[in-house]
Amino acid sequence: MSCCAPGAELDLHQPGARDDEVLLASRRLHDGLWQTDLSVPDIHCGGCLHTIETVLNKLGGVASARANLSARRTTVLWRGDTPPPMIPALEAAGFPAHLYEPATNEKDVVLSELLRALAVAGFAASNIMLLSVSVWSGAEAATRDLFHWISALIALPALAYSGRIFFLSAWRSLRHGRTNMDVPISVGVLLTFGMSLYETIHHGPYAYFDAAVSLLFFLLIGRTLDHVMRERARQAVSGLARLSPRGALVKRNDGSQSYLPVDEIEPGMTILLAAGERVPVDARVVRGTSELDLSLVSGESAPRVASEGTVLQAGVLNLNAPLTVVATAAAKGSFLAEMVRMMEAAEAGRSSYRRIADRAAQLYAPLVHSFALLTFAGWMIAGRDAHFAITAAIAVLIVTCPCALGLAVPMVHVVAARRLFEKGIMIKDGGALERLAGVNAVVFDKTGTLTSAQPRLTVQGKPDADVLALAAAMAAHSRHPYSQAVARLGCCPHTLTFDAVSEVPGNGIEARRGNDVYRLGRPDWTIANRRLASAEFNATVALSVNGDIQVCFGLDDQLRAGAEEAVAELRRLGAFTEILSGDSDARVRKLAQRLGLTSVANARPADKIRHVEALKQAGNKVLMVGDGLNDAPALRAADVSMAPASASDIGRNAADLVFLRDSLQAVPEAMIVSRAAATLVRQNFALAVVYNVIAIPLAVAGAVNPLLAAIAMSLSSLTVVANALRLGPARQASTASAPAVPEEAPLLLGALK
Amino acid sequence: MIDFFFLVPIAIGLGLAGLASFMWTLQNDQYDDLEGAAERILFGRNDGPR
Repeated sequence: MSCCAPGAELDLHQPGARDDEVLLASRRLHDGLWQTDLSVPDIHCGGCLHTIETVLNKLGGVASARANLSARRTTVLWRGDTPPPMIPALEAAGFPAHLYEPATNEKDVVLSELLRALAVAGFAASNIMLLSVSVWSGAEAATRDLFHWISALIALPALAYSGRIFFLSAWRSLRHGRTNMDVPISVGVLLTFGMSLYETIHHGPYAYFDAAVSLLFFLLIGRTLDHVMRERARQAVSGLARLSPRGALVKRNDGSQSYLPVDEIEPGMTILLAAGERVPVDARVVRGTSELDLSLVSGESAPRVASEGTVLQAGVLNLNAPLTVVATAAAKGSFLAEMVRMMEAAEAGRSSYRRIADRAAQLYAPLVHSFALLTFAGWMIAGRDAHFAITAAIAVLIVTCPCALGLAVPMVHVVAARRLFEKGIMIKDGGALERLAGVNAVVFDKTGTLTSAQPRLTVQGKPDADVLALAAAMAAHSRHPYSQAVARLGCCPHTLTFDAVSEVPGNGIEARRGNDVYRLGRPDWTIANRRLASAEFNATVALSVNGDIQVCFGLDDQLRAGAEEAVAELRRLGAFTEILSGDSDARVRKLAQRLGLTSVANARPADKIRHVEALKQAGNKVLMVGDGLNDAPALRAADVSMAPASASDIGRNAADLVFLRDSLQAVPEAMIVSRAAATLVRQNFALAVVYNVIAIPLAVAGAVNPLLAAIAMSLSSLTVVANALRLGPARQASTASAPAVPEEAPLLLGALK
Repeated sequence: MIDFFFLVPIAIGLGLAGLASFMWTLQNDQYDDLEGAAERILFGRNDGPR
């Protein structure tokens, strides 16, 4: 990142999880064995697997360790009362790791069910097709009947097993008085099978078992791919480090300390909050002075001082010194819980969006079913026998082929999700893609979204390298994030040695050498001369010698990479863009001017919801991009929402899309892909309609036989899939201006912020 | 006609065998880490699937 003034990013790093937290996140298995799942974002090769497993297996107490390259996770089984030092060991080996949520680590039952259904359908389809080909090539009489019977025997269990996914979903939606795509699919498949069975029993020449089963097979392929893509996105998101605490160290009245899960903390309990920890529940400080990072909670980017009596909201990060706090609310009464309630309220207000496939089904099902009925009635009136009339009617159902329709949307979504995945953008469901395509207003949060997740400390003015080196030498004595940033600013080693160095919590570092007193820290503490320019008091850190100022460091809102390009690109896409922030007016306005956007500052969570609602009311489709706890309700209220990987847990969960790479270019990129996808979906529907216009008259005339139906079905499915695959490289030309992104998706490391 | 009594069951039996082995591998978590499995083949030690 380039910037005019030299600066270093603050490393607001949470300390590694303590043993108690590891224990909370572990699952007890049989006979004293514990299982801990770790997310290790840096696994990227076979060698990594080897190193990780060797390192972990060497630890005492570890029964087995297994790393997973695809999921970038490691599962460790261990015995004993305290967990082995897995995270430090991995860290030492060069693999930063963090705890993975056990709640989201259940085996993906839906996927294995889909895969099993797919395998059964595949087996049945191929075997029935084998027999059908023989029939088509001229098997006669007894042979044909035998083949039909064998086909029926294979088709029945296959339909019962693989088809149940569609039947259940169709039944659920019918019971609620709605139709979805699964209704015509189920009706079609069941009627086709019924008619074929009837034909088989009566030695008829035509049976459509192959059509029924291969229809299921094709549809299941689409559905499985769809699920795999979404699951991959979900896993990538849940693999990010959790930012909210799992528990806290509670000091009991008798002086003993124990680590309690957040849910068990009650108002009145005394909590010991170490530096680098987040406040678990709303609390009040009773002892200690420290600085707090509120960026995730309120959107304020400048740290705030906390001392005795300061009221803290859950989720605030304690930056530098230990604090003793008293809980004022239980977890369910905390700020976090309030945000969840607001989110739910916003969710209820979100007009229930009907996915395009369901809307198509709503049109398609009655249309096709009445066509079939009319065909039946027409032939009956024309004086043909009931058998012929029914056969023609069912042929209509078969050839109208919900197959192409069933694949039209999911295939495009799968391809689009894949493209987004390659760009480091995770999409949680296909509906979000459809909603994103219609967006014409984009609302950005400021802190952590438009600006970089990590604040930067920049040098003000042009000091001598020597002064910087002095500051760096002093800063090296402290672990405060500001100090570490200052320490990294020093270019050359400083030879000064101090007689004594001490850290004054909440103020800074004081060093003595001879009669000189050096201070590095808060400006009002370091600088004795009070008649200084206010600009210098605006600084965050200052260095003074005997009270005389030497150099100031300021906290800079560093624009997130690609922010300016993203805003320009969004404008080109015709979207109205603005900033909606909880930070102070001055800071927001400064950034808004730089980007040329309108802005709203000092917005509380409720204000954010109201603002988004107002935009929606005016007829806009709103995309909200935000990261903080305070953004979560607005993320839910908007039509569609995005969050960076550095967002709060609740923000990440609330958002429909999460982008893992640093660049804000993800926002226009996602919009471009979604718009291309929307076009392709429309084309696919048009293809399906064109195909039906040709096929339906044939079927109505009773001129369709199983061979024709099979060819038509495969052709229509293939066209739709081929069309979906067009979404991709060709479209990237429009985003060619984007800076080159690294090949490997850099999963966000560790607990930033 | 008599050929069918051998050939058809053999054809279907082969298909069933394939289906069963797929189900077994699925049950055995062999698709959990496809990329990892491809890399593990290069490890020296015996490191079979769980």
